[in-house]
Amino acid sequence: MSGVAVGVFVFLFLLVTVLGFAAARWRRAADLDNLDEWGLGGRGFGTFIAWFLIGGDIYTAYTFIAVPATLYAGSVTGFFAVPYTIVVYPLIFLFLPRLWSVSHRHGYVTPADFVEGRYDSRPLALAVAVTGILATMPYIALQLVGMQVVLEVMGISVDSDSWIVQDLPLFLAFAVLAAYTYSSGLRAPALIAFVKDTLIYVVIIVAVIYLPSQLGGWEHIFSVAGDSFDAANETNADAIAAGQAAPKGAIPGDAAHWAYASLALGSALALFMYPHSITGVLSTRERSVIRRNAALLPAYSFLLGLLALLGFVAIAAGIKVENPQQSVPQLFEQEFPAWFAGVAFAAIVIGALVPAAIMSIAAANLWTRNIYKAFINRDATPKQEATQSKLTSLLVKFGALVFVLALPTQFAINLQLLGGVWILQTLPAIVVGLYTRWLHRWALLAGWAVGMAYGTWLAYGVAVPGDPGSHFGGPLVTFPGTDTTVYIALIAILANAVVTVALTVAFRAAGVDAGTDRTHADDYTADVGDPGVEEELDVHRPAHG
Amino acid sequence: MRARWILIHLLLLPAVVVPLLVPLYDRVDPTLFGFPFYFWFQFALIPAAAVLTVTAYVLATRGDRRGDRR
Repeated sequence: MSGVAVGVFVFLFLLVTVLGFAAARWRRAADLDNLDEWGLGGRGFGTFIAWFLIGGDIYTAYTFIAVPATLYAGSVTGFFAVPYTIVVYPLIFLFLPRLWSVSHRHGYVTPADFVEGRYDSRPLALAVAVTGILATMPYIALQLVGMQVVLEVMGISVDSDSWIVQDLPLFLAFAVLAAYTYSSGLRAPALIAFVKDTLIYVVIIVAVIYLPSQLGGWEHIFSVAGDSFDAANETNADAIAAGQAAPKGAIPGDAAHWAYASLALGSALALFMYPHSITGVLSTRERSVIRRNAALLPAYSFLLGLLALLGFVAIAAGIKVENPQQSVPQLFEQEFPAWFAGVAFAAIVIGALVPAAIMSIAAANLWTRNIYKAFINRDATPKQEATQSKLTSLLVKFGALVFVLALPTQFAINLQLLGGVWILQTLPAIVVGLYTRWLHRWALLAGWAVGMAYGTWLAYGVAVPGDPGSHFGGPLVTFPGTDTTVYIALIAILANAVVTVALTVAFRAAGVDAGTDRTHADDYTADVGDPGVEEELDVHRPAHG
Repeated sequence: MRARWILIHLLLLPAVVVPLLVPLYDRVDPTLFGFPFYFWFQFALIPAAAVLTVTAYVLATRGDRRGDRR
């Protein structure tokens, strides 16, 4: 790797670091010692900032590494990320303004805050909070995996037997990230997201115009990729016939229709249940910002689709790597001039910092609001809450770091897969709760438990192709009683829904206490300027009544 | 007004449903600029869905001004 690329990379990284610390002074509040300021950036972001922030949330460094990697590896369902990010925006358009309104009127910081207020159930809120933290941790770890892949390809790693010394650059990058998240809160990723997305847009646009022109055009690229998959299938024909390997391809084919559609739908439904997406949404200034962004954010989907195709471009460029995740960084290194490769690598690494910061803030807020304040210190002041969150954000990040460095990468990927299944199980409590309180709190808790257990068990039973007896081999299983493969999360949420509805009927008939709903119908449509929804919340008022 | 929100839901419905109808676009031909149908059709869905969402946004904003919020 050339010194030029490393120089450009280090320069851009330092630029972002300065921005991260300077962010504490940006749109400055009286003090940062409360969660509305530290954890939600003052709840004042407009359309423009929210576009970058939510975009940075959804389209992470890991996405940029993993999605083209699946196409490079010939997975027929790899392109599902595109329909997934089309389907998600109408859902955001409909559901999230209601969550925004009720959260602003009641000062809710996390989705679990809402569940507590709506259902008057601390156990249910705890379940939602724990699920959120569990699902977010491996997601943060995967951002590190994305950074690690880039650093490996760049050749920035120190030769040593000790994993701490070996990954010193990664360690340093993360320590810097942790420091400015601690001091600036959500303002840091919001400001850095500008740089991140500008770089990513430039890199992708150059890549999809320049690279095909170098490699004989898109038609040639698609045909080379297709031929290489056909050749691989021929070589492995015996293994495929024996079910020990999956046939490669570019297009799903009849057998994978349900798999493709269910991955897209399940991921779309799960996406905005993730605490970090909700943090992004709650940081906006007014209701209409969310809907405007639902119409503007698909620009990123286009980018993601183009990026996914770089997996095929890598095949056409003759990239041969053991680990498919290295295919795109390797492509950049091989085909771009050194200085632009440096820009591209910086774009991916900075692309990891933004979501990692937002995710750690979201997980920290869940801990503070729904575990610390709900169970440990019920009279916590806003300042104590902010201190808890800041410290937890450090812990969460270093936990993820140790996780990635000390355990096999595959472990983080498995847990991330499970995270998607788990987080979807909070959908009945959150989304249905935004419309009706008919579902009973204890039925929701039972349904959640069934969905979590069943989903985990199903995922445990999936063997890695060619390795019988192994576990967590992929996101797909055959739907019970059929031979159609579908996304595990959708089967689990179906079981969850059946249990929740059946038990709601039973509990209601038996007259089990449903608790008191602290929200009112008009809370769900309140907008800025309405009573109880101040432009900037009063920082000294306890947020949770 | 109920009709406004029925219309908004009808506008958003295809943006959710069409991308999930895989048999509709799971083929190679006709290609466009070298892209198999499967890929360019899904790319084309992105601006199409955005147009529907923008229209829904305009309708919802007008509703907001009249106090008709969902």
